[in-house]
Amino acid sequence: MTSETRGTRTRRGAGTRRGAGLQRHAGRITYAVLALFAAGSLFPLLWTAIAASRNTTRLAQTPPPFWFGGNLVRNLRIAWTDANMGTALFNTVLVAGTVAAGTVLFSTLAGFAFAKLRFRFKSLLLLLVIGTMMVPPQLGVVPLYMLIAELSWTDRLQAVVLPTLVSAFGVFFMRQYLVQALPTELIEAARVDGASSWRVVWHVVFPAARPAMAVLGMLTFVLAWNDFFWPIIALTQNGSPTVQVALTGLGRGYIPDQSVIMAGALLGTLPLLLAFVIFGKHIVGGIMTGAVKG
Amino acid sequence: MAGVARDATAAAPSEREDGTAAYPAPPGARGGDHGREGRDERERERRRRWHRRDLRWSPYAFVAPFFLFFAVFGLFPLLYTGWASLHRVELTSPDDMEWVGLGNFSRLLRDDFFWNALQNTVTIGLLSTVPQLLIALGIAQLLNYRLRGSMFFRVAVLTPYATSVAAATLVFVLLFGRDHGMINWGLGLAGFDAVDWQNGTWTSQLAVSTIVVWRWTGYNALIYLAAMQSIPHELYESAALDGASRRQQFLHVTLPSLRPTILFTCVVSTIGATQLFGEPLLFNGGAGATGGSDHQFQTLGLYLYEQGWVNLHLGRASAIAWSMFLILLIIGAVNWLVARRLRRSS
Repeated sequence: MTSETRGTRTRRGAGTRRGAGLQRHAGRITYAVLALFAAGSLFPLLWTAIAASRNTTRLAQTPPPFWFGGNLVRNLRIAWTDANMGTALFNTVLVAGTVAAGTVLFSTLAGFAFAKLRFRFKSLLLLLVIGTMMVPPQLGVVPLYMLIAELSWTDRLQAVVLPTLVSAFGVFFMRQYLVQALPTELIEAARVDGASSWRVVWHVVFPAARPAMAVLGMLTFVLAWNDFFWPIIALTQNGSPTVQVALTGLGRGYIPDQSVIMAGALLGTLPLLLAFVIFGKHIVGGIMTGAVKG
Repeated sequence: MAGVARDATAAAPSEREDGTAAYPAPPGARGGDHGREGRDERERERRRRWHRRDLRWSPYAFVAPFFLFFAVFGLFPLLYTGWASLHRVELTSPDDMEWVGLGNFSRLLRDDFFWNALQNTVTIGLLSTVPQLLIALGIAQLLNYRLRGSMFFRVAVLTPYATSVAAATLVFVLLFGRDHGMINWGLGLAGFDAVDWQNGTWTSQLAVSTIVVWRWTGYNALIYLAAMQSIPHELYESAALDGASRRQQFLHVTLPSLRPTILFTCVVSTIGATQLFGEPLLFNGGAGATGGSDHQFQTLGLYLYEQGWVNLHLGRASAIAWSMFLILLIIGAVNWLVARRLRRSS
């Protein structure tokens, strides 16, 4: 397996050196189109910051502002306190962190079992996992709400954490990774030494799975941070909102000041953008490996 | 919650360590050779039995958390939605369920707002999915060239993916503003009249679709790029030897190799489009879940929310959810047929 991969890589490398096939150097037009597309991707975010640094009167004038004004701190402060963005950010870090940790842990355990262990109903259960990926959770939202109301969990963070704590995609993702990345001999060797299953997980599976766990953790964190439909239903603006709930409150006229609304949007996006600047390479890699395997 | 669970897994091995530490035979001085052998035998037997039990049951323990949570928060709500859709349930007293049979469904069939929402969902779905995937394919092709700063471009096209529905829609509401929005300003420079994006049917659906396209095109481009990079290089070499031009290579090598990936992105985007909710909700500003003054961009997801959490009819909301489930089943079936056909033809 390994030698095969290496073989492909050298062959591909040789191909690029000859300049044949698709791995050609990009021309000027390619750069221009890509730069335009990248600008289109980044511009709305940049303009969020510009609008957040102005005031609502300036935003109601033509032409729209193209450069920063001096109101950024003021608007951020109003959004932070009046629109509950401070609480919302804290809550969202807590929710997204817990969901990411739980998803990674449970997905790794289940993915390991599906990849390397033998048990009854294994293929049936795996089929159930794959089928689950295609069914959006939005469809069960009414009973979920009834359940949460029954437990008196409305407007409490566990209402949005527990339903998203496991992910079928995560299980499938970890399984696909561990099938390749975890040598069965390693598990057998540990077993011969008398290691229990939990010891195998701790000392063999987790170390082997670490790169995929990191990727899954980051992707889950982003998804949990941006989760929208269910938090809107389960939480309220003035109780314990997540960032998305607070932003929805802003968008629906909670504070009718456009520049403050943009400041709120900026606050809610900035943490993830910073994470993208720092971990961007790994997130891109994660999405791309996930795509090839999925 | 997860922290506790993680501690538990951490604790388990060390406990086991103590357990195994007790197993080695005690010093022989205590009993005769005969007794010691018997004790060893018994201990070995116990260890073997424990080992067998561990091998047999631990797989179930590993998959249990997933299926437990899935059963409670995934499967049960889904099935119970079907049950609730056969009842009159109000949000004000969810425990009061009155059997109405298929009443909620026959009501939906006669409900103009339902058909309107269904039509809007399809239109916005097409307006967002088709350009999104086509542009993504083109961008992926460009990203697949040897580029300087390729990582910058990849991260840049992915930043909209990091932006939430709420943040993105709030910005686009301003950009699409009728009087002072940047888009109308740009159109004005080009000599066009200002467009009332929010109040027109087509314009509002186009605007909502634009938000979806903006958020997801880069993500899909990276998925296509990953698939392109796993196409064996020899295919291009032999195509080039046969005298295929770049365009022919794209049509006859790249596209056929990408077919499974394209199918996958189609399915994922269609599922996403069926559930579209946040964009049309917030594009309406403070005016609630109606999807515009004339319901012109109300989607099924939004109509579900309006029935359940604005009009407080949970039973009717469940019926809408089940109709969405039906649509997804149809999409799944079509996808399966297409995939089978593709596999046969190749």
